[in-house]
Amino acid sequence: MSDKMHIKLTVNGEDKEFLAEPRDLLIYALREKLNITGPHVGCDTSHCGACTVTLNGKSVKSCTMFVAQANGAEITTIEGIGSPDALHVLQESFKEHHGLQCGFCTPGMITRATKLLEENPTPTEEEVRFGMAGNICRCTGYQNIVKSILAAASEINSAKEAAE
Amino acid sequence: MIPAAFDYYRPKTMGDVIALLQEHGDDARVMAGGHSLIPMMKLRMADVPHLIDLQAIDGLDAITIDGGRITLGAMVTQHDLINNDGLSNAAPILSEAALQIADPQVRYMGTVGGNVANGDPGNDMPGLMQCLDAQIKVVGPDGERMIAARDYYESAYMTLRADDEVLVSIEFDAPAGGHAYEKQKRKIGDYATAAAAVQITSDAGKVGSASIAMTNLSDVPVWSEAAGAALVGTACDDTAIKAAVAAMLGDIDPSEDNRGPVAFKRHVAGITLSRAITRAWSRTTARA
Repeated sequence: MSDKMHIKLTVNGEDKEFLAEPRDLLIYALREKLNITGPHVGCDTSHCGACTVTLNGKSVKSCTMFVAQANGAEITTIEGIGSPDALHVLQESFKEHHGLQCGFCTPGMITRATKLLEENPTPTEEEVRFGMAGNICRCTGYQNIVKSILAAASEINSAKEAAE
Repeated sequence: MIPAAFDYYRPKTMGDVIALLQEHGDDARVMAGGHSLIPMMKLRMADVPHLIDLQAIDGLDAITIDGGRITLGAMVTQHDLINNDGLSNAAPILSEAALQIADPQVRYMGTVGGNVANGDPGNDMPGLMQCLDAQIKVVGPDGERMIAARDYYESAYMTLRADDEVLVSIEFDAPAGGHAYEKQKRKIGDYATAAAAVQITSDAGKVGSASIAMTNLSDVPVWSEAAGAALVGTACDDTAIKAAVAAMLGDIDPSEDNRGPVAFKRHVAGITLSRAITRAWSRTTARA
């Protein structure tokens, strides 16, 4: 029925152009058209947050956005946050503090956490739990995720202080 | 998970939106944040052959506070409501309620206009807007009209907005006195088992005025005029609060679902309202 649209996205700093149906969800465009398979699909009711990416400065669940809606947007996924050779502080911290087990929620968790710490660089434990409430984890019981994020926050802050 | 195909539009003017709505009738829907509509489309419970995205229309995301009158553009997000200092000062009940809606990601996208327009009794903003006696502005082929939030809801998903009209803003006077939005829910992101929006003013130690609305306890939000009236002139003591709860219980009509049977919901509604009144009253001293 509907024609394919010419979609342009900037993903992890790279310009991407492709054809997609308007109804294609952003998560599927990322995973299936661009082969960016870090963001995951854990539900079909917009609860789990495994598909979380940063889009124009907002943490969004990419399963609840049409690719048409995202046309023109700037997106960061877990792949753009760090690399195996140069892990982001949060990635290092999740590793150090055992903030993951199966790893399925982790890309969404870490992507959301980058934004949380940007908005609130010195969160309390309660603020971390509330700020991460859109991301569900089946494995960890959250405790070590909270620990990972708090540790990353203090590391980022001490690095900042040292630089000043 | 897989929505049906649709034609996508991103018009730049409200005139173009109205024209599309007129052209396609029932087959067209506007979309704001998409966090109620897209989930329904993914379950194929909403069939939208023509989807009109409002994101490119200028001015719909404005928050205006002008001489005690507050206007929220329909595309103001829940995230904006929470993070606008002027608004948190002028009408703190908004951020208190918005922080109990959904989760961070949904609040970045979900809009106040979508929440109010959606018509799902589970949404929190409709009751809140009734509590604040807000006026809802809709625009259609014949121009603009204002509808009181207290009149806006007819039944579940049915509102006074016509199919070719678009909700563009919500206006209300900055509320005076103390406030509370108290919500009982099973977990983060859940719609309320029961929730209460309360604004109270104090006049020489007695309740000067009180406005009370309840969420998800009927197929529409419920503004309980009688509950507010039961508090006016009292010292807001236990007896007065019990009278307000009794009056409120006369106005709600909950139905049984996974959140519990009717008797439980009525019980929770009473507890929720008494907590909300107590907190709102305790705040009247801070904000005369």
